[in-house]
Amino acid sequence: MRATVDIPMVVADRVSKSFGSNEVLKSISLEVKRGEVMCLVGPSGSGKSTFLRCINHLEVVSAGRLSVDGELIGYRETNNKLYEMRPKEAARQRRDIGMVFQRFNLFPHMTALQNVMEAPIRVKGLSKAGVEANARALLARVGLAERADYYPAHLSGGQQQRVAIARALAMEPKLMLFDEPTSALDPELVGEVLDVMQGLARDGMTMIVVTHEMGFAREVADSLVFMDGGVVVESGVPTEVLANPQHERTRAFLSKVL
Amino acid sequence: MANTAAPGGKTEPGIKAIRLRHPWRNTFAVVLVLIALLFIADAAMRPAYDWPAVGKYLFDQRISQAAFVTLQLTVYSMIIAIILGVTLAIMRLSPNPVVNSIAWVYLWVFRGTPVYVQLVFWGLIGTIYQSIDIGLPFTEPWVSFPTRVALSAFVLAIIGLALNEAAYMAEIVRAGLLSVDSGQEEAATALGMSWFQTMVRVVVPQSMRVIIPPAGNEVISMLKTTSLVTAIPFTLELYTRSRDIAAVTFDTVPMLIVASIWYLFFTSILMVGQYFLEKRFARGIGDRRPDKKTDDTTATITGVTPVVGSGRPTVVLPAADPPKGDH
Repeated sequence: MRATVDIPMVVADRVSKSFGSNEVLKSISLEVKRGEVMCLVGPSGSGKSTFLRCINHLEVVSAGRLSVDGELIGYRETNNKLYEMRPKEAARQRRDIGMVFQRFNLFPHMTALQNVMEAPIRVKGLSKAGVEANARALLARVGLAERADYYPAHLSGGQQQRVAIARALAMEPKLMLFDEPTSALDPELVGEVLDVMQGLARDGMTMIVVTHEMGFAREVADSLVFMDGGVVVESGVPTEVLANPQHERTRAFLSKVL
Repeated sequence: MANTAAPGGKTEPGIKAIRLRHPWRNTFAVVLVLIALLFIADAAMRPAYDWPAVGKYLFDQRISQAAFVTLQLTVYSMIIAIILGVTLAIMRLSPNPVVNSIAWVYLWVFRGTPVYVQLVFWGLIGTIYQSIDIGLPFTEPWVSFPTRVALSAFVLAIIGLALNEAAYMAEIVRAGLLSVDSGQEEAATALGMSWFQTMVRVVVPQSMRVIIPPAGNEVISMLKTTSLVTAIPFTLELYTRSRDIAAVTFDTVPMLIVASIWYLFFTSILMVGQYFLEKRFARGIGDRRPDKKTDDTTATITGVTPVVGSGRPTVVLPAADPPKGDH
């Protein structure tokens, strides 16, 4: 199946996910268009991080269908039957989906530059020289050209997260997932990471951002989805949802975070 | 004197106080040194140590050859033990219960019985299994040769030591792999790296920091355990060889000293090797920046640990209680 431009980047159709008897996602349906920035907000335990992790198959969905760029995630469909993917096929799908974690998860034994170069060399098998030039350009793009040879332990949290963003971008993903990218940061370092993300959004990257930064959601996001208890409670244009929430639960949540 | 005043203030005069004395500390140290000196002086004179004989046999060709055999036993059995240990560790972490159980039983047997007993068993292998047959079960073997011919005492010694050691290495490697934060594997997976790439490039290099110190212990321990292969019996290694010479010359004590000096020599080399390996795998963990030249000079002048980075120092080690993302 070949993706065409008018197919949304992400389509979730009644996606559910259970851990044992605990159902953390209950029939989530949503679409993310190409170039769209979607913010997922909601209280802890609402399932937003789990949903994000399902999109690149770090978690396996229990029911429903999830596709990225027209391609079903984690399964192959032949003759109306679903086949679980081999690890190799799942890895190929993940290449095109960048992910940024709450706790950065940089490789501590590699310098910032090596972190960014690792996947293009090992996964895509590209030549080192070309990858290095590109990696340096990416580090410059996130404002860390000077820090290329630093190990993560010698970078601040905000710098580490920006390296993590550069690392994900190095694979030239068509979709970026951000899992609470600023939650582990000191307040004064949040801005530098959000600035980089805003730059990405401006360049047309399709992004799904799980965040508690309502200011970012209002200014950068094209759509905002409020989740609670594993369901989508409310969604829409951020300014409208934030200014005029329709549901009691949304109002209760926003009154605490705004 | 140069003006070293801090901005906005005068230099405070340093504290001038009489230092606290520790008379008992000093007395104790002097007593210890005296006892040590007495022991050394006594040992130098005591005829039973027979130092001239020690000097004579230290570089005796039979001894240096035996020392080389000991080194070979250590290196070969350690290499096999590490390969097998890594395999067992991965088997122990496997979700497949059969694979997991087999590794567990292996560990149970080989850690649960003395290595000496195991070595005696290996020595008897030729009696228990008289021939090694290759072929399909319950049919005529394609090839068959007597066990005693196929497996020399040297090979049996290596097998015996290696299989025992593998059980210990497996636990060390498993602990090392488990010490790496699960976020590391997740990040590598999310980048599209395969399981094998994730292990080789991300998990194993980080686990080395935890694995090397106990593994170094094991190598040193192995060097000494080789003296037990006399149970096979294999007699060409350092300890048995020096005992054999002593049995003829009656120089028991000097020969023990000779063997000890060789063991100490090898362990010292191994310790140096371990130091450099540890340093190699501590990359990115220590508190030095790549521009450490400048940092080092300030560090030596002021005696202060270099201040890290431009922001706060952030350590990406697995935290005792990592913040949980919501599910």
